Amino acid sequence: MRAYSNPYLSGFGLGLVLLSAFVFAGRGLGASGAFASAAAATAAVAAPDATQANDYFARYLSASGKPAIDWLVIELIGVVVGGFISAYLAGRLRRGVEKGPRISNRSRLTLAFAGGGAMGLGAVLARGCTSGQALTGGALLSAGSWLFIGAAFAAAYLAAPFLRKAWT
Amino acid sequence: MITPFSDGGYASGAAALLIGAAFGWFLERAGMGSARKLAGQFYLTDLTVFKVMFTAIVTAMLGVFWLGWIGVIDTANIYVPETFLIPQIVGGVVFGIGFAIAGLCPGTSCVAAATGRIDGFAVVAGMFAGVLGSGILFASLRQFYDLTPRGVLTLPQIFGVSEGLVVFAVVLIAMAGFKVANRIEQRNSAA
Repeated sequence: MRAYSNPYLSGFGLGLVLLSAFVFAGRGLGASGAFASAAAATAAVAAPDATQANDYFARYLSASGKPAIDWLVIELIGVVVGGFISAYLAGRLRRGVEKGPRISNRSRLTLAFAGGGAMGLGAVLARGCTSGQALTGGALLSAGSWLFIGAAFAAAYLAAPFLRKAWT
Repeated sequence: MITPFSDGGYASGAAALLIGAAFGWFLERAGMGSARKLAGQFYLTDLTVFKVMFTAIVTAMLGVFWLGWIGVIDTANIYVPETFLIPQIVGGVVFGIGFAIAGLCPGTSCVAAATGRIDGFAVVAGMFAGVLGSGILFASLRQFYDLTPRGVLTLPQIFGVSEGLVVFAVVLIAMAGFKVANRIEQRNSAA
């Protein structure tokens, strides 16, 4: 397993990717939007009428209320492909659960699912996540995005002492 | 030349796939698909998240600023997220707590899952359930969701100064932040 790259170098690369998204696609990067699109598609299959009447899901569907393939969904498929290729070439593909030594796999996976659920609600309210708000809106100097960055990191630092057992 | 790949056709889809793959590549290169590494950010033992994020923000910010300045791009064509003060602060708090619990954020959880980490799959599943649930309950969240709308609001507008000055200030703050981050890492790895 090779060591990870220099953080400033990878950050610079990431910044150029974000910049090319701005220049070539007129939009930034995202992740939670793809989840919203997938959730809307799932809801549209399970309950078409209710989903079309739902103000949140409706914007992720086609005009006729059918699941639509969003730009962000294709982008996030790309993220999976790019992450896989990078890890493969560096010998970092490894099946397992990442956690601290004092917590069971089961507890770690439960926390992972719960944390993901909280991020889902947070991203809906904030209209984006670390990609769509922090990186994208941050680089575009959006006031709401910088508020999101400040609130998210402050809350994470306040919550972290209670979760020490999961990591150390 | 104005945002050639934003038309929704095949070229747009190919651009989305390429941009996404490059995004995932650099996240994985930096180690951002590792929950333990990300969690180190919150215990001040590994500040990779801060360094990667702020280098990326500064790079893209300077790129947009300079390309707009010399007229290569028209910044009016770039979609800037709208500001909703209270929902974004509260959403940020809920998101941040979830981030500390999960050790991964939505984008990095996909990289973690793609590289075989089972906890990455659990975060992806939780995130999907959270968005689906919030969407189903959206009628009850709606009033809160729409509070304090400010439209497109930028830091230069708030502070009443030029964009260049804010860009310069963000660069200075990032540089100072990197210096502090390195010092914190040195102290905590020596201890």
